[in-house]
Amino acid sequence: MTRPTVATSALAVRVVLVALGLALLSACGGAAGRPQTTLVLYNGQHPQTTDSLVATFERQTGIQVTVRSNDEDVLADQIVLEGSASPADLVYTENSPALEYLQGKNLLAKVPRSTLAQVPARYNSSASRWVGVSARVSVLVYNTKMLTPSHLPASVLNLADPRWKGLLGLAPSETDFQPIITSIAHQYGRAEALRWLDGVKANAGPHLYPDNEAITARVNSGEIAIGIINHYYWYRLRAEIGSDQMHSAIAYLGPRDAGYVIDVSGAAVLKSSKHRQAAERFLAFLVSHQGQDLLAHSDSFEYPLGSGVATVKGLRPFASLQPAPLTIEDLGDGAEAVALLHQAELL
Amino acid sequence: MATLASGLNSIGQLPARRRLPRGLLVASSLIAALLLLPLIFLLLEARQVGWGQVSALLFRPLTATLLGNLLQLAVVVTALAAGIGTGAAWLVERSDLPGRRLLALVLVLPLAIPDFVVAFGWVSILPSVSGYGGAVLVMTAGLYPLVYLPVAASLRGADPSLEETARTLGLGPWRTFWHVTLRQARPTILAGCLLVSLALLAEYGAFEILGYQTFTTEIFTEFQVGFNAPAACALSLVVVLLGLLVLAGEGTLRDRGRGTRAAHNSRKLISPQRLGAWRWPLVGGILLLIAVALGMPIGVIGYWLAQGGSSTLPQSASVGNAALHTVWYSAAAAAVATVLALPVALLAVRSPIRSVRLLERSTYIVQGLPGLVIALALVFFALHYLPFVYQTSGLLIAAYAIVFFPLAYVAVRASVMQAPVGLEEVARSLGRTPWQVRWRVTLPLIAPGLAAAFCLVFLSAVTELTATLILVPTGVQTLATQFWAFTGQVSYGAAAPYAAAMIAISIVPGILLGYWFDRRQRLPRGSS
Repeated sequence: MTRPTVATSALAVRVVLVALGLALLSACGGAAGRPQTTLVLYNGQHPQTTDSLVATFERQTGIQVTVRSNDEDVLADQIVLEGSASPADLVYTENSPALEYLQGKNLLAKVPRSTLAQVPARYNSSASRWVGVSARVSVLVYNTKMLTPSHLPASVLNLADPRWKGLLGLAPSETDFQPIITSIAHQYGRAEALRWLDGVKANAGPHLYPDNEAITARVNSGEIAIGIINHYYWYRLRAEIGSDQMHSAIAYLGPRDAGYVIDVSGAAVLKSSKHRQAAERFLAFLVSHQGQDLLAHSDSFEYPLGSGVATVKGLRPFASLQPAPLTIEDLGDGAEAVALLHQAELL
Repeated sequence: MATLASGLNSIGQLPARRRLPRGLLVASSLIAALLLLPLIFLLLEARQVGWGQVSALLFRPLTATLLGNLLQLAVVVTALAAGIGTGAAWLVERSDLPGRRLLALVLVLPLAIPDFVVAFGWVSILPSVSGYGGAVLVMTAGLYPLVYLPVAASLRGADPSLEETARTLGLGPWRTFWHVTLRQARPTILAGCLLVSLALLAEYGAFEILGYQTFTTEIFTEFQVGFNAPAACALSLVVVLLGLLVLAGEGTLRDRGRGTRAAHNSRKLISPQRLGAWRWPLVGGILLLIAVALGMPIGVIGYWLAQGGSSTLPQSASVGNAALHTVWYSAAAAAVATVLALPVALLAVRSPIRSVRLLERSTYIVQGLPGLVIALALVFFALHYLPFVYQTSGLLIAAYAIVFFPLAYVAVRASVMQAPVGLEEVARSLGRTPWQVRWRVTLPLIAPGLAAAFCLVFLSAVTELTATLILVPTGVQTLATQFWAFTGQVSYGAAAPYAAAMIAISIVPGILLGYWFDRRQRLPRGSS
């Protein structure tokens, strides 16, 4: 009488056992070696940007590139944890601090001079361990129903004024926020940077967001009136939802203002790479005319940095930007900014 | 506590005369050791940072606020999930609620929807759903199935004759529920609560979107901004401590209970409890729950699907390809986790001595650890001791099995507790070897629990993100990683198909789960 129960139960048990067997098989299968010409790229850049570059590189050279995408800081932690055993040949990040950090850990190989020469030296590693690929600029984003251009501050410092209370949104853990803090500390000193952080923290109140994407969307929806972001988030939102849905605009800060910062995205070959030559070809491709042209035409809305290529996406021309006098080395690995954020209890 | 525990437990359940089965003990110890690897990693990493650095991060007002946020949320959401989960399970299993067979299935499904999708759904439609209120709403809606599923399973497996006897003796429906049903289900409810609170300790994605900061979001932030993994690991130890406190609390409560009545002659419920005038209000309540937990996120995904992807960026993996990998990894992990849970559950239920109980409880710790930490731990150990498995699908499957072990364990344990020892003893007395008994008698008896465990882990693994990003074989995409990649690009229209696929493939085990239980209930049984 209990037979049907036993039969169905036994069936389920068999299913579980077969699945387990398959799991073991897969564990073995997954360990099979890759062909020699496959590069492994650890990618902290937006995956779509990287994918279009990789596809063209593969077509052109026959060298395969497999991509692992993650948050750039987690990737950096992972590379440090992997050490010399890292399967990665290349690392491509959204921001220079991640590269400067890996450089400081002595994990990056020297970049060939011919590759570095494609990009203005001030956007490369001063130790020649990574090459700048593209750049973004920090701008104000504001809701056009709530504010007019005449309301906007000329300096990022003014965002700490009480008049922005309840209107400002912040993304303290956003990587793009740190260079602004570093820049303020660089121009005005640590104490002033901390005072500024306290001010913007008070103004933001509960309007703390995880990233620039959220700030841009919230400004656009009118939940907050103003924020500071990297320019491309606004362009990407516009591309996604259409111009008619945009109730926001971006504005540039005053010339050489501390908040007017260029962020550089770059790439490097890992010292532990066993395919150094192929990996170097990929770096060369990134900053070649072709690679830069891809970036210039892509919906990543970044500024190409190398080979004299200019963006075609209707951005303010790169050459006309008037950023704060801040070098890549000044930006460093962002440790000072993080320490200040901790001190201000924003992190 | 533990002595008292084992003492009380043996009164309620089993004669303490049984010998410890050595094979089970060895297997369980190995499994517990595997599950404690992340903790060892945390300790090793934390040793690298000076105490000064850790204390500077730890002892400041912000930490107190964040810990307060976390505790406040954990208490309220656990209580709500316990109430909703138990109530829904009773309605579906014991009452004459209309459409309960379908509901039994639908009520599990919120588990299949990634919390970050739910949070995103709410925030994108109603930005006011944020902060504490939003977190309570989203987490309760997403986590109540962790109580509902094991409680429903245990009610279905439990002998209803006690309740029926209580009713024929004149106990009202409410008091029958309170004094009989609830008491029987109590260990299972507590186990579900344990999972809910531990899951809350590890939660990150939803809180980030909702703008609700907890100590765990702070840890993730440390991993993501500081290039200071060791400091983040040191902070994670605080969450482990909280997890241990939760475990101790649950242990104390559980030990005060008497244990469930074994369903020796489990049979069909003769007459479901009539709901009478409560019928329609309760239907309304359940529909509201489903609307909040299921309708809302599915609606938002539908909206974004309809909007379409205006993004012209190329897709790196088709939805189908990502779905295949997701199904494959999740199914394998579900099988592994279920198989691993079995020896520990058999040992813990059949030989509940003090050391075994400690071993058992240690396996819960991983539930309170963020997937990111577990993944980094596996990076560390794999590269040191088994470099050839690094970034293979095997290691990712192992990571999933570790992350979701407690889910499998709760389901398996509940059914082992209800499998009558008597049948095994009869089989033994008929000359069967212990392994024959386990294979021919025990396994079929606990198969529903195994199936439930498999489905629970599968549903959860489908949506796993942070460990996946670190351990997935390079170049492979899962649905969750693709969803993440597109939402990071603000391409919600392009991300929506991946979220829809996640939900679609999770519905299959959900239906299987419902079908399985349903069949069992309708099978002819020996009369008692």
